[in-house]
Amino acid sequence: MSRVMVVTSGKGGVGKTTSSASLGAALAQAGQTVVVVDFDVGLRNLDLVMGAERRVVYDLVNVVQGDAKLPQALIRDKRIDTLSLLPASQTRDKDALTEEGVGRVIDDLREKFDWIVCDSPAGIDKGATLAMRFADLAVVVTNPEVSSVRDSDRIIGMLDSKTRRAERGEKLEKHLLLTRYDAARAARGDMMKVEDVLEILAIPLLGIIAESPDVLTASNVGCPITLHNPASAAARAYTEAARRLLGETIAITAPMERRGLMSRLFGRKAVVA
Amino acid sequence: MSFLSFFTRGRSAPVARDRLQVLLAHERALGGGADLAAVLQKEILAVIARHIAIDHDKVVVKLDRGERVSTLEIDIEMPEATLARH
Repeated sequence: MSRVMVVTSGKGGVGKTTSSASLGAALAQAGQTVVVVDFDVGLRNLDLVMGAERRVVYDLVNVVQGDAKLPQALIRDKRIDTLSLLPASQTRDKDALTEEGVGRVIDDLREKFDWIVCDSPAGIDKGATLAMRFADLAVVVTNPEVSSVRDSDRIIGMLDSKTRRAERGEKLEKHLLLTRYDAARAARGDMMKVEDVLEILAIPLLGIIAESPDVLTASNVGCPITLHNPASAAARAYTEAARRLLGETIAITAPMERRGLMSRLFGRKAVVA
Repeated sequence: MSFLSFFTRGRSAPVARDRLQVLLAHERALGGGADLAAVLQKEILAVIARHIAIDHDKVVVKLDRGERVSTLEIDIEMPEATLARH
């Protein structure tokens, strides 16, 4: 049975699109059929992060409005054929998406894919509410930073009240994905620790993605990090998160502080060139 | 920088956690609905305006959210002329 998963956060720039692409790719690499749907109408970016920007012909709005058939708008990934993308439109019309239209497209996608990953736009407007509307589960992407945690709390409240599952009194799984985590800063007391964020938001942890230049490199070249650099810590964290979504029990290992030779020899205060 | 802050320097994470806990306790109580302070301000002013002419530019509203007690302070300047009529 297919599952609709919204990747959401409230705040912008915390890593929703990167995480949608990476989790989508990791699920596909695990043998699932996956479509990643960009709900950020007007500011589409998932196509760019997934390296499909030159292959976009039709988009979600075209399908919702009946101007294109679903198979025409789906873009199959060239690297892994169980992964597809449904891009967002660049129209500035905020009312381009309707609840009925989105519901129809999601139902059609359910027949073709095991996983429908909905990449939510930032904010709490219509785009974000439509992205979460039909979700069976949610991944709340949060940075260990006050404004991101506050917005995530708000989004969790919306997941519990504005989704179809919530309205029907059904369970909607919520998972926390902590991104841009810096273990060294957390150890120094400069950044909230994993436990701090977990205590405040009180939803189960899906994974911790450490701040890493590898993530930027992957988006620079337009390839999800689990495909581009599978050995990197971030890719491994996304892959493990995807396996947890598939029901495996894997202990979460907190990212370790990476220390160079000089700091290992001389302690934290050593000046490393 | 005070003498004490030299030792506590760089320990901003606990401050972040504590501020969030206080703030979110309030925001969750509101259920993400309308801003309670704004609603209170509007309704209280409407009641007063029924009896006294108020200059809305001379109304100061302050909200202080504490861990245990919150205060809503509404400061209304009433011109002598309006008071004299009552």
